[in-house]
Amino acid sequence: MVLIQIFLVFTIIAALIAVEAPSALSSIISLGAVGFGLSISFLWLGAPDIAITQVVVEIITLVILIRATIGKGVTEIRGNESKPLLIGSLILFGLGSAFFANYLSAFPDFGKSAVDVFTETPSQFYLEFGLEKAGGPNVVNDILLDFRAYDTLGEATVLFAAILGAITLLNKKVFFGKGGEK
Amino acid sequence: MSGMSPIVKTVTRWVSPFILAFGIYVALTGHLTPGGGFPGGVIIAGCFILLMLAHGKEKVYGIFNLKSASVTDSLASLSFLCMGLLGYVFGGGFLNNFIQSGFPGKVFGLLSGGNMPIINIAIGFKVGGSLFVVFAYLALFRAIEED
Amino acid sequence: MLTYLLAFILFAIGLYSVINKRNLIKIIMGIIIMEHAVNAFLILIGYRVSGEAPILEKGMTVTEFVNSAMDPLPQALVITSIVIGLGVVALMVALAVRLYQHYGTFDITEIRKLRG
Repeated sequence: MVLIQIFLVFTIIAALIAVEAPSALSSIISLGAVGFGLSISFLWLGAPDIAITQVVVEIITLVILIRATIGKGVTEIRGNESKPLLIGSLILFGLGSAFFANYLSAFPDFGKSAVDVFTETPSQFYLEFGLEKAGGPNVVNDILLDFRAYDTLGEATVLFAAILGAITLLNKKVFFGKGGEK
Repeated sequence: MSGMSPIVKTVTRWVSPFILAFGIYVALTGHLTPGGGFPGGVIIAGCFILLMLAHGKEKVYGIFNLKSASVTDSLASLSFLCMGLLGYVFGGGFLNNFIQSGFPGKVFGLLSGGNMPIINIAIGFKVGGSLFVVFAYLALFRAIEED
Repeated sequence: MLTYLLAFILFAIGLYSVINKRNLIKIIMGIIIMEHAVNAFLILIGYRVSGEAPILEKGMTVTEFVNSAMDPLPQALVITSIVIGLGVVALMVALAVRLYQHYGTFDITEIRKLRG
């Protein structure tokens, strides 16, 4: 269990470097380290499905970010926005962590999930009847495609809409219709 | 977009069929082992993105056009919807697992699980096609001068 | 309890980057870090101390599987969330590239001043 905390601290350090590094390429590479550290801690947390998904999605994110934004015209922009905004965000962080620590006592301890504390959770039903009713030993895939397949349909729709928006923005014929720019 | 040096071109030409096969394997046996439709689709897109980065866009357009990627994406979404509507036809509700109630296969076999392998493959091709099209548009847009 | 606080610190780093930075790419990276923090928090809730992954193997009976498996419900929701995050990143980068082409810079103070 200590390994999970070690990898999360590694992720936090990589996130700090990604946010504060002045050169664009090094901050994007540190973002890759954030995703990689998270994927390893997902393995120790007993979620192999999500570790595979996180690694592969992180690779595609890195390739998209680097390919679309690094070039010789992009200069480094240093500095923060303004002083009052920095002080305001620190006050916001203090208030937020006070609220969070207050409501954290309502969660079960780290290490005991809801299946231990409550008696009749949906997860117990899915674990018990997953193989009989849905026919697959992988309970996570059962939930995604048989017990809660409507959410998967909604997710496919959201992905379709986001990709459609991105393609429309980048289509030269739509925006440069007659007569060049603007 | 121009390709890279001949070493990179040779190595990617040898490695990319294995990446495509691995992506289809992860999507197809998602009901038995970890994985499923979504990681499998992203790996399939990753294979074509690798080929496009290493060889340039002309060679990849000979294999897998942008138009055919769009058509694959739309056809896969439509087949997901059709599997849902067939659940209405055979009793139960929308997106009912009708194959599992009618013909259950062998437990732990490849064809077990009803319509789960079919929907996994459909989602795999959908996600793969979409991400390949978006990467092609982003990389070819190039508002920023190349180094 | 301390582990939940680590996920919150990751979220706070992302939020700091969205509010305080002037480079558009740093703002996009802040949103990505916030999404990663929320996914990690959801999976941390479903952890069980001596548990196995929720995949049934050949020799297991059902009762010992129910007693020793992790919570599968947050994991199913997080897979969906990760892939949607990728689509949103593609949309944000498309917006940023268009802005660079129109205004010539990624600095948001300059973009605020110019009027099209």
